[in-house]
Amino acid sequence: MTEADAAPAARRRFLGLAAAALAAAAAAPLEAQPVGTSARILILGAGAAGITAANQLARRVEGAAITLVDPRREHLYQPGLSLVATGLKPEGYVLSRTREWLPAGVTLVEEAVAAIDPEARRVTTDAGRALGYDFLIVALGLALDDDAIEGFSRDMIGTNGLGALYGGPQDAARTWAAVSAYAEKGGLAVFTRPATEMKCAGAPLKHCFLVDDIASRGAAGARREILYAANNKALFSVPIVSEKVRMLFETRRIGAVHDHVLKAIEPGRRIATFATPEGDVEIGYDYLHVIPPQRAPRPVRESGLSWADRWTDQGWVEVDPHSLRHRRYPEVFAVGDVAGVPKGKTAASVKWQVPVMVDHLVAALQGREGTARYDGYTSCPLITRVGRAMLVEFDYANNLAPSFPGVIAPLEELWISWLIKELALKPTYLAMLRGDA
Amino acid sequence: MKDLTLGMVIAVWEEMFGPALFWGMAGAAAVVTLLYLYVLIRDRRVSWRKFLLAQLAMPFGAAAAVGFVWRITHSGLRDVGGPVDVIVLMGVAAAGAVGAAVLVYTAQSLVRRPAAEE
Repeated sequence: MTEADAAPAARRRFLGLAAAALAAAAAAPLEAQPVGTSARILILGAGAAGITAANQLARRVEGAAITLVDPRREHLYQPGLSLVATGLKPEGYVLSRTREWLPAGVTLVEEAVAAIDPEARRVTTDAGRALGYDFLIVALGLALDDDAIEGFSRDMIGTNGLGALYGGPQDAARTWAAVSAYAEKGGLAVFTRPATEMKCAGAPLKHCFLVDDIASRGAAGARREILYAANNKALFSVPIVSEKVRMLFETRRIGAVHDHVLKAIEPGRRIATFATPEGDVEIGYDYLHVIPPQRAPRPVRESGLSWADRWTDQGWVEVDPHSLRHRRYPEVFAVGDVAGVPKGKTAASVKWQVPVMVDHLVAALQGREGTARYDGYTSCPLITRVGRAMLVEFDYANNLAPSFPGVIAPLEELWISWLIKELALKPTYLAMLRGDA
Repeated sequence: MKDLTLGMVIAVWEEMFGPALFWGMAGAAAVVTLLYLYVLIRDRRVSWRKFLLAQLAMPFGAAAAVGFVWRITHSGLRDVGGPVDVIVLMGVAAAGAVGAAVLVYTAQSLVRRPAAEE
């Protein structure tokens, strides 16, 4: 072979190698060497945050004893509850088995957390089992405080025009029963939201828009009146989004009242009582959507891990908002709904929080400081009717943070944003659980 | 989405359809494409008669693809809200049209050898 022949051949080989390397890099995102450790890592809660953390940690550390504590056999895909509550998906859409998502080598303790003692670094379960830890990840989600709404209990959902979709797939399915009855009969539908921090603050709006749309296509048609009762002066915490929602409400003739916090219901008479700055206000309804106040689960509120000067009635864990690490107990982290950060109790928050938390935890195992930083990114495919949504993404500073700038406009009602919610979100979520996305 | 990699996209598709169906569909698409290339190379020319019939299949492929997407997503034409939606809709239709054309052309070529026609 002459030198002239050899050069192109070598070049081809090189290009081939480069292409192969590119393909490999694309297929397998940069995976660092696992860090060897014998640390005991305890994860409380097998929801979105807990399972994602378990899978990501299982890939990043070797030799650690990773234990996950949660009594629930079933895992819920909670972003799907809005769709179940409006008859767009069946109950089974949100259900899977917790064990399906667990990586090999992670121990699942199917017991409920009864107490957390961060001083003794020990967690006790309801079965009396004591679990010590070197690192603790609190991912216990939140608790719905049904008792805070006088006259309300979960067994009423689906009857007397009462909906409440947050409690799980059964509650969401029964909410759909109430919604479909309303779509036939019409009248006044009232949508509420609590004065506490809450899971997916866009969900009350989505439910309102969807019920309006479904009723407009049903027999109710023009006989429907929709009222959104906001807990404060805004319709959404991000001002630019709130303003857009106000405009949509105007176009759809959806009424809004502000500073209305639901405190009691009389299901038989279909009357809701709201606390307002001017005193209690009674509103009669044909359909009412109840979202109870939301707080950190009791073992968290009693653990001493909560903020002492913020959200004192709610008890979210006192973490640094950018690292998710506890501000007083450096071996403790909190991710997901239970984390005391200013924004975002959503699956999208989990997707962005967990890698940051894992970075800081793995760095601690190596005796250094982590560098990853969470800026509060979260996202809400804000459904505005069946078939359209706005892909709203934002951060702690209320800045819009669009993933596809110039392509998917965040404040425009688009079919593609609906397709993302209907088709791509659950697979993305499940890939996240496995630690793949 | 930050750090969107091919691996991540494949993981999402696997979850969307289930690994078996996803790789089955990807495999079927690959097989049809390879067979299409095979008949082109075997015959060393494009048969315009077969191509005509293949072209006739294109509107049906386009309509079927769009109809399929609308059905599984509870949506319809009224939901198109912006330029990107028109692009997505045309993309779905184009994919359906090209898919149908390639399929029909390949099927004809495999069934009828070039010697048997014209």
